[in-house]
Amino acid sequence: MALIELRDIRKIYDLGEVRVEALRGVSLSMEKGEFVAVMGPSGSGKSTLMNILGCLDVPSSGSYLLDGRDVSNMGKDDLAQVRGQFIGFVFQGFNLLSRTSALENVELPLLYMGVPRQERAKRALDALRLVGLEGREHHEPKQLSGGQQQRVAIARALVGGAPLILADEPTGNLDTKTSDEIMDLFENLNRTKGITIILVTHEPDVARYSRRVVTVRDGLIVSDEPMEKRTEIEKEGECA
Amino acid sequence: MIAPSAILGIARKSLRTNKMRSLLTALGIIIGVAAVVAMFAIGTGANKKVAEHISSMGSNLLIVRSGSTTSGGQRMGMGATPSLTFADAEAIQKECPAVALADPSASGAVQVVYGNMNWSTRSEGTNGGLLAIQEWPLGAGRNFTDSDIRSSAKVCILGQTVVTNLFGDEDPVGKTIRVKKVPVTVVGVLKKKGNNAMGQDQDDTLLLPITTAQKRIYGSRFQGRVNMIRVKAASEAEIAAASEQITALLNQRHRIRTAEDADFSVMNLTEIMEAAKASTQALSLLLAAVASISLLVGGIGIMNIMLVSVTERTREIGIRMAVGAKTADILFQFLAEAIILSLLGGILGIALGAGASVLISRYAGWSAVISPFSIILAFGFSAAIGIFFGYYPASKAAKLDPIEALRYE
Ligand SMILES: Nc1ncnc2c1ncn2[C@@H]1O[C@H](COP(=O)(O)OP(=O)(O)O)[C@@H](O)[C@H]1O
Ligand SMILES: [Mg+2]
Repeated sequence: MALIELRDIRKIYDLGEVRVEALRGVSLSMEKGEFVAVMGPSGSGKSTLMNILGCLDVPSSGSYLLDGRDVSNMGKDDLAQVRGQFIGFVFQGFNLLSRTSALENVELPLLYMGVPRQERAKRALDALRLVGLEGREHHEPKQLSGGQQQRVAIARALVGGAPLILADEPTGNLDTKTSDEIMDLFENLNRTKGITIILVTHEPDVARYSRRVVTVRDGLIVSDEPMEKRTEIEKEGECA
Repeated sequence: MIAPSAILGIARKSLRTNKMRSLLTALGIIIGVAAVVAMFAIGTGANKKVAEHISSMGSNLLIVRSGSTTSGGQRMGMGATPSLTFADAEAIQKECPAVALADPSASGAVQVVYGNMNWSTRSEGTNGGLLAIQEWPLGAGRNFTDSDIRSSAKVCILGQTVVTNLFGDEDPVGKTIRVKKVPVTVVGVLKKKGNNAMGQDQDDTLLLPITTAQKRIYGSRFQGRVNMIRVKAASEAEIAAASEQITALLNQRHRIRTAEDADFSVMNLTEIMEAAKASTQALSLLLAAVASISLLVGGIGIMNIMLVSVTERTREIGIRMAVGAKTADILFQFLAEAIILSLLGGILGIALGAGASVLISRYAGWSAVISPFSIILAFGFSAAIGIFFGYYPASKAAKLDPIEALRYE
């Protein structure tokens, strides 16, 4: 069974005078353990798609089966439950709680899952170790570099044991070297832990870490192909 | 929803992270609660003082004064013949069924000497009824007897201050002192009574049989006549009746036909004091109302800052929702913050109010009584305010859309 099953997803923003059709019929299927890059020009609907995939938002029409469960018509609290259980988010702007230690930031999802305090701290420490931030657990976001902050965010996405990580332009605020480090981390998590990763990016260098590239344009998927093929195409282009 | 202890943990952490904002938010409640506690303390103190004053003067007390205070507001001059007689007092006590005791009174200032000690004090002539009227028990010795009164016996009863100043530790009963050079035997000692509401030392007094006082000590020009008769009604319910009976009796005895001609007046002291008590109660109610308004303003202050805080923390709320916080989790976090702030403000306010009450009572001579009731009230009030004024901002926070909240700059 596919982890994600989108069927004819539409999202319409009704702003009174204008209706913005951000997604115009997206169908998509993803298996557990995939590593997918979503690309496309600005305003094409990538973030809208990610929000729906992440159960932060519901589609105007269409169906979304997450791990076999229909989440397209769920209420706010049920969506929150699903997010806590299935999904970890990594944002472009990190979105960590300021004036709160790395450890407490990572503990946050566990807090809302009702995990007892001691276990929370233990699991958060494990997650921080996994992203290479051992010894920084008591640092606050402003005492950490951008790359380190994004690692904290990744640890927070991991800590609840979610099978799916959604990352909307996770390297958008980072330099190339740091981007590579973060992408190595994602790749490692995907390979060793089997975590499904979907990330939005503009940069082909970043997309290259994935194994499947979905391209969106004007609210529609215009291409969906494995990474290997694309690399070959690009190589051919270079040769010519 | 997650466990209440976890919610409390989140709220406490959030408040600690923003100490200054927390303090400012609580400030309104601190001041409001402090005002409630202090106002109550002062109001209760004032009530207690009035009550003490009433009971120190004796309960069910009426005072009959010589001369008219009702007609033309003109009181007779000091030299005028007092219209009240010992016989009037006796008649009031015997013939008015609503009267328990009537005591003719004449006071003066005297120099008293014992050995090489001397002291000046206030003296009070009585037929012996004063002790019962003022509910002032003897500490030692005896009260005046009828024969003391009839024979103008050279006996006296001393207040504690006089005892201390003349006798020190010596037992005064049976000793002879000189009052205005007249040798007088001490037959009794009053128990200590303390200061009255005006701060006068009530124990600085010496009682004499009224006859002795007039004949032997004061050398009054008008023997057997007094300016004042103290009357104790048989019961509280009979005070008004006593007043009427006394008026009727004296009108008859003094041959008075119309109220304007009356050469005496009857004052119902209890009534005056009750009125004073009621007015202090009204005052403390007013104070409490003012204090409650400031508490209300404090509550609105909490709501205000919580609302600002919700806007300021929109992104934080978005993050919490993204990682799985439910509506109730956010609602109760903000509600808990408001309640903790209110309760903390309440505790600080109680301390501040109690401190202010103590200071006021010390420097302004006001007695202040901090009642557990006012503390419970203030505490309950602040909790209620926390819930009431915290709910709106909290529900606003909980209703936020996660995506919009995350996108908020
Ligand atoms: N909350 C919203 N209200 C109205 N229009 C929106 C909203 N969110 C996105 N849109 C519109 O939907 C389209 C797709 O936006 P988005 O998914 O953010 O694009 P991308 O992430 O690919 O840049 C854009 O035209 C954008 O203006
Ligand atoms: Mg976007």
